[in-house]
Amino acid sequence: MLAVRGLEVRYHAAVAVDGIDLHVEEGEVVALIGPNGAGKTSTLLALLGLVTCRGEVRYRGEVLAGLEPEERVARGLVLVHERRHLFGSMTVEENLLLGAFARYKRGERGIWGELERVYARFPRLAERRHQLAATMSGGEQQMLAIGRALMARPRLLLLDEPSLGLAPLIVQEIFGILAGLKAEGTTILLVEQNARAALELADRGYVLEAGRIVLEGPAAALRDDPRVVEHYLGIPGEESR
Amino acid sequence: MTAVLLLLLLVLPWIVPPFYQTLFVFYAIATLVVLGLHLLTGLAGLTSFGQAAFMGVAGYTSALLALRLGVSPWLGLLAGLLATLVFALVLGLLTVRLKGHYLPLATIAWQVALYIVMGSWVALTGGRTGLSDLPPVAVFGFELRDPRAYHYLAWGLLLLYALGLYRLIHSRHGRMIRALKGDAVAAASFGARPPSLRLWTFVLAALGAGLAGWLYAHFVRFVNPSPFSLEASIFYLIMAVVGGVGSFAGAFLGAGLLTGLEQWLKDLVPLVLGKSGNYEVIAYGLILVAILHLAPRGLWPWIEARLPRRVPDPPEGEGLPARAEPVEEEILLEVEGICKSFGGLLAVNRLSFSVRRGEILGLIGPNGAGKSTTFHLIAGVLRPDRGRVRFRGQEITGRFPFETVRMGLVRTFQHPHLFPEMTVLENAMLGTYPRTRAPMLASMLGLDRTEERRAAVEAFRALERVGLAEKAFLKAGALSLGEQRKLEVARALAADPVLLLLDEPAAGLRAGEKRALAALIRRLRDEGITVLLVDHDMELVMRLVDRVVVMHYGEKIAEGPPEAVQRDPAVREAYLGGVT
Amino acid sequence: MDPLIFGFLLSDGLINGALYALVALALVLVFAVTRAILIPLGEWVLFAPLTQAMLLEGKLPGTVWLSAGLLLIWAGLDRRRGRTPLWLFLAALGVVGVGFLGRSVPALAFLAALLVVLPIGPASFRIFFEPLPGASVLVYLILAVGLHFVFQGLGLAFFGPEQFRLPALWPGEAALAGLPVPRQGILLILAAAVLMVLLYLFFRRSLYGKALRAAAVNRIGARLAGISVREAGRVAFLLATGIGALAGLLVAPLSNASYEMGFLLGLKGFVAAIVAGLVSYPLAVAGGVLVGVLESFSSFFASAYKEAIVFALLLPVLAWRSVSSRVLEEEE
Repeated sequence: MLAVRGLEVRYHAAVAVDGIDLHVEEGEVVALIGPNGAGKTSTLLALLGLVTCRGEVRYRGEVLAGLEPEERVARGLVLVHERRHLFGSMTVEENLLLGAFARYKRGERGIWGELERVYARFPRLAERRHQLAATMSGGEQQMLAIGRALMARPRLLLLDEPSLGLAPLIVQEIFGILAGLKAEGTTILLVEQNARAALELADRGYVLEAGRIVLEGPAAALRDDPRVVEHYLGIPGEESR
Repeated sequence: MTAVLLLLLLVLPWIVPPFYQTLFVFYAIATLVVLGLHLLTGLAGLTSFGQAAFMGVAGYTSALLALRLGVSPWLGLLAGLLATLVFALVLGLLTVRLKGHYLPLATIAWQVALYIVMGSWVALTGGRTGLSDLPPVAVFGFELRDPRAYHYLAWGLLLLYALGLYRLIHSRHGRMIRALKGDAVAAASFGARPPSLRLWTFVLAALGAGLAGWLYAHFVRFVNPSPFSLEASIFYLIMAVVGGVGSFAGAFLGAGLLTGLEQWLKDLVPLVLGKSGNYEVIAYGLILVAILHLAPRGLWPWIEARLPRRVPDPPEGEGLPARAEPVEEEILLEVEGICKSFGGLLAVNRLSFSVRRGEILGLIGPNGAGKSTTFHLIAGVLRPDRGRVRFRGQEITGRFPFETVRMGLVRTFQHPHLFPEMTVLENAMLGTYPRTRAPMLASMLGLDRTEERRAAVEAFRALERVGLAEKAFLKAGALSLGEQRKLEVARALAADPVLLLLDEPAAGLRAGEKRALAALIRRLRDEGITVLLVDHDMELVMRLVDRVVVMHYGEKIAEGPPEAVQRDPAVREAYLGGVT
Repeated sequence: MDPLIFGFLLSDGLINGALYALVALALVLVFAVTRAILIPLGEWVLFAPLTQAMLLEGKLPGTVWLSAGLLLIWAGLDRRRGRTPLWLFLAALGVVGVGFLGRSVPALAFLAALLVVLPIGPASFRIFFEPLPGASVLVYLILAVGLHFVFQGLGLAFFGPEQFRLPALWPGEAALAGLPVPRQGILLILAAAVLMVLLYLFFRRSLYGKALRAAAVNRIGARLAGISVREAGRVAFLLATGIGALAGLLVAPLSNASYEMGFLLGLKGFVAAIVAGLVSYPLAVAGGVLVGVLESFSSFFASAYKEAIVFALLLPVLAWRSVSSRVLEEEE
């Protein structure tokens, strides 16, 4: 579904992503883990075309270079941004409907049906459909961001730090929803600090450090890899002592 | 090179025909205005569409005083500049605190309003016919009536203004003005008061225009509204943009080029299009649009990039005097019950902790725990909803960073807030701003030499301490992320910190760079600097700090020595996440 | 002041106020979506009635060629975008056709003028603004000033310096509370009110309008939702040009129109827009009415300075905004 070769992202002179290769197959959940500043978010932004990059990105056989982000969204490549980027002064329902804007422009039907499905998945959003997005709690905003992305009927869902800044209970809820999406066959590329939760959910994983992939493999194998265990799964220094 | 140009300027009126002598006086007048715009727009990032109106204020003031009261043009100059100053202060005070686009809008309005007054108040200004027969400027009884003599007056005044401006730009104020444009928060964190710095920049540019207006009035010895119109203002802006609004030499280039081009277009355009009309206006417009598209930075930067660059010698000598009063407080920083929420989301909730002198305190927590918000509350970028922050016994809650940095509370930024167009040394010298005191006027007169040299030495030493000395004269934009973080620390060191606030200094660094950073921080502690380190890299923090405060979900969940905190079940729960 | 004069000045102020309110609305709309301060809008507002006047005189105005030419340049820039260039080419042909039609059928001149001027806005956005995405407000502002020069020069070239008088759509005067008010003025106020309601419905009810709002609220968010910020910019320019051109066509029969009036008109709309902080639509309307009424009354008391007084209105507004803002703001 997605094949990336030699992806490189630079900001001025600083290299954020230093030539990485990765691929995602249809129906797979792939986790991208690593410390802050390793280049995970930059990778996702580059896939969507929000930052300029070098290297080849193929999505469903098509080379994406030269396509605007909104054209990629229209092709089913949808990102839930780390900062969510909701429309704060608009209502929950408006936010959700706008998620389907590319479909609306194509003249697709069934957007209201999609809205009902999203509401069924996130009952809390249904309760607050007329509330302004900015006035919701962090967890609800995250649900709204995911809901908005689902409204676009993503073929490949890119998720950037869905647990960021959320209380453990909410994180649990969000990961429950992601597990549901996985069970329905949604393809997901997940970037996460919470490596344990990410690797529980994922089929495969990549570990990114300082812009390079240092480890990759099936999620179960990564969970047991001593380097991952030391750096990302427990309190560092403890196990190694 | 400079000598040759000056010599050429001296003999020029004697070797060119009168038409060009006149043109050269207009060139000098235009350059005065454009230099002001270089400072204002190119360096401070503020745009004015009202420079011609300032010319008009000074020109009309002097003209009226001379014609109605028989006052000498020299007194007229003083009065004209004074009037310009007053108008600039009022306009500036109204707008410098607002976001970037209000100043240009306000200047458009002011320009249009003043133009109407000049054209309509017939009793005072003579309306559109204007005022004629102004007296010539006299020097020691010699009247400067012909362009040859006026050449020396105009260029003399221009060079004086240019010299003052040049010195200012390369002083502590100039560095801060440039910094302010890129990043007001970073500038304020090193002692600049953004509003007042912007205000004086605006005033200085206006005074240059005032000087130009006076020169203009007494050169053509006639004033009417048209040279002081909005179109004229915009024309000066075009000159600045064409030459390169961000470069000093660009002002001379742009003003010269377009003063010539204006004549040329006036002759050429009707010739090509067969009739006279406003066609040159279309040409100006298109030139402006084309330059913005093709060379957004103007012509001089394009030329400069092709000239060889000279690398200066490292500064030597004595540094700046260290903080006079010793730090005696045992508790440097006290945070008491601070709260902050954003749109209903509680980011920091009743957080209290303190930092003791001589320790490295780590503030850690998982992503989104409220660390950055806490950092901003201490650094004065945000104001807490409730609670208090005290530094060295004084309450600093909600005080601006430009105040607290002078007390020794110095910060770095998580995403390096450096100025890529400035050299590494200049970036580090920004840190010395709160320790130096030469006022603007002293800088313009060149009286700040000693202090400047000491500041450079001080900044260079700070670069040596972090191991960046050999890159001192490179542009900061050429540094790697690790080096940028070192420069962040060096800039903070140049400010002579009592308490150093480090915001995620290790983010994005490779393992080797992290170790070097940890060694550097430990060395600084041993030199007597207290450090508050905010990071979520547990490994780095636990090996480095003396004590930690752990935050989760906006609250403090643990505090103590690293070993104890690591065993704390609440901490483990927070770090492992709720999903297991 | 006797009540008759007061009423007269007030009605005059309200009519002009409706015009400024529409211009201010257009400016706020464009600024919210694109961060561009659209100084040449004033020229475009005047282009419409001047085009109509030329058509009524049986001449084909230069705006027809300008509009068609800009559309062709746009087609050239988008030559690799599927069928887009073809549509643009057809649109350019259509503009020329509409021009000829408006010249031969005077009853259609009003509509033809509107249609001829309409593409100038979005095409200008595509040609001049789109190639500089993410430029600062300042760069856009200087760019807009450059365009103002270009269009003002073109205005002189197309229409000459003369003033044109246009026939009213609704001639005559109506008596309101014993006060004679030109019917055309009532028409302008009504049109302004209807436009505002339509805009409100568009932004609040249609998903397309919501998408435009979304692009203004959060540009990255909009792109994440599949909304093209570039397209939003073109639509904003199109709406602004349409609102402006319609306002120009409706006001021209009340006062003479000449090419150079556009700039001052734009600036006054601008003062109204600043009153609204360049963000609030209702405040922009209020600001427009305020500017109109202030101008009308000051023209009675100090007619030579009426414009100066309008611009002086900015000072207290800026002072108030200045006092209520914080010194440091984290800029994104």
